[in-house]
Amino acid sequence: MEMVENRHKWKAWLYLSPAILLLLVFTVWPIINTVRMAFLENYSGLSAVRGATFSLGIGNFRSVIQYPKFLQCMKNTVLLCILTVPISTFLALLIAVCLNSIKFLQKPLQTIFFLPYVTNSIAIGMVFAAMFNIVGSFYGTENEIVVTAGIINNIIEFFGGRRVNWINAGSSYLANITVMTVYIVWNALPFKILVLLGGLQSINRQYYDAAKVDGTPRRRIFLRITVPLLSPMIAYVVITGFIGGFKEYTSIVGIFGEKMGPADDGGRLNTMVGFIYDALSTNKQGRASAAALILFLIILVVTLINMQVSKKRVHY
Amino acid sequence: MEVRLENLTKVFPSRNKKSGEEVVAVNDMTIVIPDGKLVGLLGPSGCGKSTTLYMISGLQKATGGKIFFGEDDVTNLSPENRGVGLVFQNYALYPHLTVKQNILFPLQNLKGPDKLSKNEMLERTVEVAKLVQIDNLLDRKPSELSGGQQQRVAIARALVKMPRVLLLDEPLSNLDARLRLQTREEIRRIQRETGITTVFVTHDQEEAMSISDEIVIMKLGVVQQIGRPQDVYDSPENLFVAKFLGTPPINVFSGRVENGKIYIGEDCVMEAEGVEDQEVWVGVRPEGFVLDNSGPLHCSKTGVEVMGRDVSVVATHTASTNSVIRAIIPSETVVGDGDSVSFSLKRNKTFIFRKEDEKRIRLEK
Repeated sequence: MEMVENRHKWKAWLYLSPAILLLLVFTVWPIINTVRMAFLENYSGLSAVRGATFSLGIGNFRSVIQYPKFLQCMKNTVLLCILTVPISTFLALLIAVCLNSIKFLQKPLQTIFFLPYVTNSIAIGMVFAAMFNIVGSFYGTENEIVVTAGIINNIIEFFGGRRVNWINAGSSYLANITVMTVYIVWNALPFKILVLLGGLQSINRQYYDAAKVDGTPRRRIFLRITVPLLSPMIAYVVITGFIGGFKEYTSIVGIFGEKMGPADDGGRLNTMVGFIYDALSTNKQGRASAAALILFLIILVVTLINMQVSKKRVHY
Repeated sequence: MEVRLENLTKVFPSRNKKSGEEVVAVNDMTIVIPDGKLVGLLGPSGCGKSTTLYMISGLQKATGGKIFFGEDDVTNLSPENRGVGLVFQNYALYPHLTVKQNILFPLQNLKGPDKLSKNEMLERTVEVAKLVQIDNLLDRKPSELSGGQQQRVAIARALVKMPRVLLLDEPLSNLDARLRLQTREEIRRIQRETGITTVFVTHDQEEAMSISDEIVIMKLGVVQQIGRPQDVYDSPENLFVAKFLGTPPINVFSGRVENGKIYIGEDCVMEAEGVEDQEVWVGVRPEGFVLDNSGPLHCSKTGVEVMGRDVSVVATHTASTNSVIRAIIPSETVVGDGDSVSFSLKRNKTFIFRKEDEKRIRLEK
């Protein structure tokens, strides 16, 4: 048996080779190269081509951490993660449960809720930006002209509130983060609803019949039956939510454009991935690699924590 | 608690709106389930027995008719207000809760004056767990239990809130043969000990016959016969009931009544005084055959199966609707070697049914 296996091993490798080759070139080598570049002092691709040599060291990491903008990026990323993942998971659970309990219009509503998932996030971002954007000139000065304050402000003013400067020059950090949270949550909902709804539909109806015969109140059914039986899906959605959250970038571009912040304070809402892109675009591959490794470590730790928590909370 | 069903009807609307065909799952069912009895609803699949059970539980609304628990009309009550305990076919134990938590679950739902203190709940749980003999498994999860143990937990969960009526949906269908025998005795014992009126659904006639005080035989939503298992077996009201009960099944021949005599083919097998001349089905229970060389029924013998306690003679007859006839005779009887075999028939094990509606024609004793 072993003889036969050995004789045919080369065939197995042959069949695997296209995939292995592609993975080596596009996945394994970039990872190795990232680590290499991160530990070469002040590595720059441009100088490397010119024949410059770099000594080994942890200077890239030191400069990343000491860079004030990096801390700002990290703060933005973590803040958005902590805000958006729980909110979107909770809302998705609520919507999924509601969707699951109606018969009429269930399919069309399911489709509507899923639409954002198949829509380009930059496009959605631009729509959101338009909703929050104040169009006019000389904003904040004596002769300000406001053409439109945006749909959201119109609604606020309709109910007698005061208009808020959400994303324009002079807007507050709090307003910016609010807009980003609303947008990211909205963008994250479809996938989560889809996963949770799938989970809900695979729960045996008889558990609910049994609960009904025993006169279980709705709230208790939700907390003691639905949520525990759905816990593997919830864990999945939270873990992928955090991983996605730490890689947040396009959503900021969608709302604020490449400046990653309001007109008067570019980069205020920059994220970790944004920082890496910035470093790359200024030919500082060493610094970008170091930041990427730091991001990787953070995601790793957060995921491990998530999994540890879900071990206790996720049933069967 | 006596359970009374009056003209109970369940109609399921058609899935396909164009064809508009409705399915009548239960048709004008009127039965009385006496207080403290164990009653089996028996019938082939699709006969409406489970639907009946779910209507009694309240999980399904009746299309027509009424359901009474004692004097209370519960037809329009929701399940939780009826006081029923329901054991599902696949038990529906909450997989994330331990046995104890599963049994506690219904008690924790009680509100108002029925609300129990924590200690009372625990006492009740342990009490009922002892009754079904799972008190050593309270901290296990359902996935760590065998099928029979899960079944007991499900029964305990249904019993713990002291229901007025206990309902069991195919309680033994998920168990292996050996466990089935054991569990059905167990269900019988638990029912006797608690004295709760119990209705269970099954398609297995042996199961129903062995433990029920009464059986209700259903076919296509219509009750065929109600009665004590032995009475129904000994005196079926129609061909369906006769065929459905008994293993091996009853032997059915195409025959006729002529001049007050029953004929199977050309064999005149029995007197039938006072019965009009007509075509009939003749049903003979396997134990209704007596080996008799001068007997009136002549068959071709195809084999003899020895089963220890008794012997089964396998034969054929041109008028038989079964592919083979099975006659069960005591093992001390000597069966001849020949290719043909003759029987006389026991009068109380032979039934005749009108051909057009398959109703039994009663013979004079």
